[in-house]
Amino acid sequence: MSAFWAIVRRDITLAMRRKAEVITAVFFFVVVAALFPLGIGPDMATLRLTAPGILWIGALLACMLSMGRLFAADYADGTLEQMALSPNGLSVLVAAKILAHWCLSGLPLVLLAPILGLQFDLPTNALWVLTLSLLVGTPLLSLIGAIGAALTLGVRGGDVLLSLLVLPLYVPALIFGAGAVQAEMSGLGASAHLSVLTAMALVAAVFSPWASAAALRLALES
Amino acid sequence: MLTVSQLSCRRGDRRLFSHVSFTLASGQWLHLEGDNGVGKTSLMRLICGLGVPEEGDITWRNEQASATDDDEPQTLRNNLIYLGHQLAIKEDLTPLENLQTHAAISGTPLSTSNAMAALAQMGLRGREQLPVKVLSQGQKRRSALARLIVSEVPLWVLDEPFVALDGTAQEVLRTVINSHLSHGGMVLLTSHQAVSLDGQGRVYRLSA
Amino acid sequence: MFSKSLFYFSSPQRFYPVAGKSWPWFAVMASALAVWGLWLGIFVAPTDFQQGEGYRIIFVHVPVSWMSMIIYLAMAFWALMGLTFNTRLSGMMCSALAPTGAICAFLSLWTGALWGKPMWGTWWVWDARLTSELILFFLYLGYIALTNAIDDPRRADKAGGILALVGALNVPVIYFSVKWWNTLHQGASVSVTNGSSMDRTMLDAMLIMAVAFWLYAIAMTLYRVRNIILARERHTQWVADLPEMKAMSTGAIT
Repeated sequence: MSAFWAIVRRDITLAMRRKAEVITAVFFFVVVAALFPLGIGPDMATLRLTAPGILWIGALLACMLSMGRLFAADYADGTLEQMALSPNGLSVLVAAKILAHWCLSGLPLVLLAPILGLQFDLPTNALWVLTLSLLVGTPLLSLIGAIGAALTLGVRGGDVLLSLLVLPLYVPALIFGAGAVQAEMSGLGASAHLSVLTAMALVAAVFSPWASAAALRLALES
Repeated sequence: MLTVSQLSCRRGDRRLFSHVSFTLASGQWLHLEGDNGVGKTSLMRLICGLGVPEEGDITWRNEQASATDDDEPQTLRNNLIYLGHQLAIKEDLTPLENLQTHAAISGTPLSTSNAMAALAQMGLRGREQLPVKVLSQGQKRRSALARLIVSEVPLWVLDEPFVALDGTAQEVLRTVINSHLSHGGMVLLTSHQAVSLDGQGRVYRLSA
Repeated sequence: MFSKSLFYFSSPQRFYPVAGKSWPWFAVMASALAVWGLWLGIFVAPTDFQQGEGYRIIFVHVPVSWMSMIIYLAMAFWALMGLTFNTRLSGMMCSALAPTGAICAFLSLWTGALWGKPMWGTWWVWDARLTSELILFFLYLGYIALTNAIDDPRRADKAGGILALVGALNVPVIYFSVKWWNTLHQGASVSVTNGSSMDRTMLDAMLIMAVAFWLYAIAMTLYRVRNIILARERHTQWVADLPEMKAMSTGAIT
C-alpha cells in the first residue's frame, strides 16, 4: 500500500512543480462553457435547458484531452518499466496514477462546475446534483480514459486516436451524468441516474487498472 | 540461481537471437557481449519479464518464470533490479526523492539516513536535495546507481552501467558490485569495454 | 480429439488453403440467397399497411444491423482466443472481420436514414437503435485505426484485442443507456413492427437476407484473412513455396 501512496504523492508533487496540467484542464473547461452560449445565443431559458449537457460535455472533453499525458512521461524516462517490475504489481501502481491524475485534472472541474453552473442560471438543487454527478463521473472518465491512454502509448497520432477510442465508451457516463441534472431540474429526482453512475464508476475502478496494466505491458514489450 | 535455456527473441519480422542458454549462480557475474543491435538489451528485458520470448525458458530457483507473474515473493521479477538505458529518474525531483520513490515502488524499506548514505557513497554528498535537472549527466547516472546500494535483491541486471562515468565513479561502482557479489549476489551486465570484477565471472558472446 | 483438430487449424499455414477452398462456396451461396431474398422482398412481400413501398429497405437494413452486431461479437470472441491462447491466427481473424463489420454498420446507418426520411421527414432521427449503431460504427473505426497505427503486428493484434473486448463489454451498457436516453426524452422511434404485425413473407425475406449477409461476411473474412496471412508470413518458406508467389516472382502474373 505504501507504494500506492508513494506514487500518488510523487505524481502530485511533480505536477505541482510544473503546474501546466492543472491549469490546462481548468482553462479548457471554462473556455468551452463560455463558447457554447456564444454559439447558441444568450436566451436564458435555452441556456438553462442545455446547461447540463454543455457543462458535462465541457468536463468530458477537458478530461479526454488530459488523458494523453497520463503515462507518456513515465514511459519516456523509463519509470514505467520500473513500475512494471514492482512486486506490488503494475495494476496497483496504475490505479495510483489514475487517482493522482484525477486529483489534478478531474477534481478542479468538480469544484469549478457549480460556479460555471451559475452562469447558466441553474437552480441550487441542480447545482448540487451537477457537482455530485461530476464528482462520481470524472473518476469514471479518468478510469475509462486510462485504458485508451495505455493502448495508444507510443503510437503515432496517439492523442487523436485516443479520443476516437474513448469517446464511444464515454457515452453512458455522459448520458447518466447530464441526465441526472436534467432529471433533478424536471422534478423527477436524480437518485436513479446517480446510482447507475456510481455503479459504473465502481466497476471501472476494479476493471480499468487491470486492463490498463495489460495494455501497458504490451507497450513495454515493443 | 538463474537458468536461461534455448531462448530466442523476435523483433517485428527479424529474429534477433536464438538458442541462448546460460546459468548464473550466487557470487557469479556474466558479461553479455555482442555487436550493436544483436539483442543484448532485448535479452535482458526478457529476463526481467518485460517481454515474452519466442521460444525457450527462463527459470529462477528451479521455477518457471513468466512475464505475468504476480506478487509471489519467490518469483524472478521480485528478486531482481534492472537498470536499463533509461535512467528512470524524474528531473523535477531531488535524488533523495527519486531514491525514496524507487524504494517504495520496489518494496524495499529505506530510511532517510540510509538513503543519504547511499547517495553520499555515490559522490552526491551535498547535492541530495537539489532537483536532478541541475545535475550533470554523470551525477544523474550516479543518483540512479545509488539504487543498487540500497537494494536487497540477489540478481542485478545492468545495461551498460559504466557508461558516462568518470574514473572515480567507475571505481565506486566496481566496489559496490564486488560487495554485492561477495554477499552471494549475482550480476548480469553488458558493456562495450572489458569488465574486471571479483568473483567468478565469464563472458557470453551474443551473435545473430 | 476435437480440441486437437481445433488447434490443428490454428496455424496460419494450415488454415490458408482451407480458407482458399471454402470462400468461393460461401460467396456463391450468399449471392444465391441474396437474389432469392431480394426477389421475395421486392416483388412478393405485400405492401405495408402503414408505410407503403418505402418500407422494403428493411430487407437490407435489419439484416445488416444484425450482422454489424454479430460481427462485433465474433471479433470479441477471436480477441479472447488470441489473448488467452496467444495464437497468431486469432488476431488475424479479428482484423479480417473488422472492415466487414464497419461496412455493415455504415450500411445500417444509411439504410436507416433512407427508411426514416419518408416516415419522419428528416434524414436522421436520434432513435435508440440508430444512435447505438452510430456508436458501434465508431467502435469499429477505433479498432481499425488502432490496429493500423501500431507497426508491430503482434502488439497491434493484442492491443486491438483488448480494445475489442472492452468495447464488447461496453456495448450492452451503451445500448441500454442510449435506450434510456431516448425514452426519457420521448425521442423518435424507427421500428419494423410499428403498427402492423409482420407478414409471413416479410419475415422469410428478412431471414433469408440475414443468412445471405452472414455468408457474405464469412466469405469476405476468409478472403481477407488469406491476404493478411500472406502479408504477415511473407518471410516464411511455405509462403515462398506457394504457386501464386512463385508465379508472381517469375513474372508469369503481373
